[in-house]
Amino acid sequence: MVEPANTVGLPVNPTPLLTDELDIVIPTIRNLDFLEMWRPFLQPYHLIIVQDGDPTKKIHVPEGYDYELYNRNDINRILGPKASCISFKDSACRCFGYMVSKKKYIFTIDDDCFVAKDPSGKAVNALEQHIKNLLCPSSPFFFNTLYDPYREGADFVRGYPFSLREGVSTAVSHGLWLNIPDYDAPTQLVKPKERNIRYVDAVMTIPKGTLFPMCGMNLAFDRDLIGPAMYFGLMGDGQPIGRYDDMWAGWCIKVICDHLSLGVKTGLPYIYHSKASNPFVNLKKEYKGIFWQEEIIPFFQNAKLSKEATTVQQCYIELSKMVKEKLSSLDPYFDKLADAMVTWIEAWDELNPPAAVAGNGKA
Amino acid sequence: MSSAEINKNEVDIVIGALNADLTQFLTSWRPFFSGFHLIVVKDPELKEELNIPEGFDVDVYSKTDMEKVVGASNSTMFSGYSCRYFGYLVSKKKYIVSIDDDCVPAKDPKGFLVDAVSQHVFNLENPATPLFFNTLYDPYCEGADFVRGYPFSLRSGVPCAASCGLWLNLADLDAPTQALKTEQRNTSYVDAVMTVPAKAMLPISGINIAFNRELVGPAMVPALRIAGEGKVRWETLEDVWCGMCLKHISDHLGYGVKTGMPYVWRNERGDAVESLRKKWEGMKLMEKSVPFFDSLKLPETALKVEDCVIELAKAVKEQLGSDDPAFTQAADAMVKWVQLWNSVNSSG
Repeated sequence: MVEPANTVGLPVNPTPLLTDELDIVIPTIRNLDFLEMWRPFLQPYHLIIVQDGDPTKKIHVPEGYDYELYNRNDINRILGPKASCISFKDSACRCFGYMVSKKKYIFTIDDDCFVAKDPSGKAVNALEQHIKNLLCPSSPFFFNTLYDPYREGADFVRGYPFSLREGVSTAVSHGLWLNIPDYDAPTQLVKPKERNIRYVDAVMTIPKGTLFPMCGMNLAFDRDLIGPAMYFGLMGDGQPIGRYDDMWAGWCIKVICDHLSLGVKTGLPYIYHSKASNPFVNLKKEYKGIFWQEEIIPFFQNAKLSKEATTVQQCYIELSKMVKEKLSSLDPYFDKLADAMVTWIEAWDELNPPAAVAGNGKA
Repeated sequence: MSSAEINKNEVDIVIGALNADLTQFLTSWRPFFSGFHLIVVKDPELKEELNIPEGFDVDVYSKTDMEKVVGASNSTMFSGYSCRYFGYLVSKKKYIVSIDDDCVPAKDPKGFLVDAVSQHVFNLENPATPLFFNTLYDPYCEGADFVRGYPFSLRSGVPCAASCGLWLNLADLDAPTQALKTEQRNTSYVDAVMTVPAKAMLPISGINIAFNRELVGPAMVPALRIAGEGKVRWETLEDVWCGMCLKHISDHLGYGVKTGMPYVWRNERGDAVESLRKKWEGMKLMEKSVPFFDSLKLPETALKVEDCVIELAKAVKEQLGSDDPAFTQAADAMVKWVQLWNSVNSSG
């Protein structure tokens, strides 16, 4: 069995990196008690809390944290009719936090994620690892068998082309989870007791052309490089599907990152995932997704963006057109989703006027 | 995963002997090699007699044996590190596990010796998943599974063609890297096996490798010989080239290649700075190889491994032949290899 780290008494990190350049986005419907445990690592940072569900409920934020909080009323007020693209009654609403942030980097974490321990028993500073991952290059064009070559103690192996050793900018750092693994409902039902106790001490770049299931529980990204593509879709209330928000974003960002020569990393850091959601509830939410993903995956695998799409927004709009053209026949939901993708970009650009943003994506 | 669960009759352990004295090597591997059939192939350029301890079920092949099987002119194909390929050729088993003679069993973080043979066979016997990346790595191992969002239609996986292991202590770095970081040793034990995604290229090392001979044997080509190839890995590229061919063919035929565990402990040998003094042609050749493999499409009609190798050889000759004679020689060697493979294995 694996346990979370005990961070009581740990001092707040005296040298936190990028405090002026990073926002932590947390969706919540209940409370933020978990932030007590994260104090040593997260207190120096600004939080953007996206409150889902009943806007009249008061969310208590632990003392000492600097934050801004948005509930549904705020979202409606700020976006007006465009608020329709932000999910309600689903943690997908978190992407509103990405949109209103003014920082370069985002770290998003779920409110049932605690600090993990590494094999030596030490508390894992997940944010610090994410920052390391984002600040150093990725290597998507050739797989390094010793994983992250830029890590202390590692390097490129014999045969790794020298011309590819500079790598490319890292857009996304996808972390993992000890204890409750991120399984779908059918797997949860079959293996209710399975816990992830395996600490795999590696970070790696996901190769170009390869898709992956991106989990939003423990995720960081460079908002300037890929932010507009981090739309978490239409989920929850009034929608036929749930628990595919992060998946959808993950497929979109990977296609766009591959197109723009940006890197996506996965592996460390681990967080400790404490709460298993109800598998029967999950099954109802995921049900359609399980069938739909069989069509959606080949769609993304074959998606080709044009040479003219050189910014993230352009890529995303192109993708939305392809979604409308190719997936609407699967279900009218995708027609709505394609429209929402466009609305999202419009809202993003409104809140983040291009002139005010330094460098966004690259060809 | 205990060796009791493996059908030892399906496995040959092939060792290329570049050192005459295999006592330390075989003694250290005894707990994990015992019960298996071993094929030891002596580097035809090695003059001394091999020293092999008692108690192993082993067949030893030297230059004379090679010449009997493939003819005197072809035995040069198997010199140096490439001697092990002769073992692949004459084996009759389903799986091959091949470890360099300067490696001994590694210890895992709990202090237990790693049974590299069992881990390799486990990797080979379980499906690979090259079409979609599983973020929890090998979904078939104990305590893991496919994650949310992994398409169900892809969960049965595909046959695993090769299992590429790793190295603690002296990692398989190239000479410039090791010469620059003389003290660097790999101490990181990454507890994972994963499938290298389809279309992704990687540098496969021959130091600690296993493969399904029945599935892809002919694709394990001893082909690329760089000028001034030497008797330390820093002065070779044969395995990396073989690996590029193998991966490309595996991708084409819908097989998978795994990487990660098992680890072996690789001992110090040679001097990276010394090797660096000799101009390492490998760098140049890799730069040319990468765009070639990246854009290469094997014809749909190439459905057998042998055909894939022949088509690949044709493409190498056409597209890379003019860049460097090493590529033309590699292409010829690939064709020759398939001929030898067919002739040796049709009589068995």
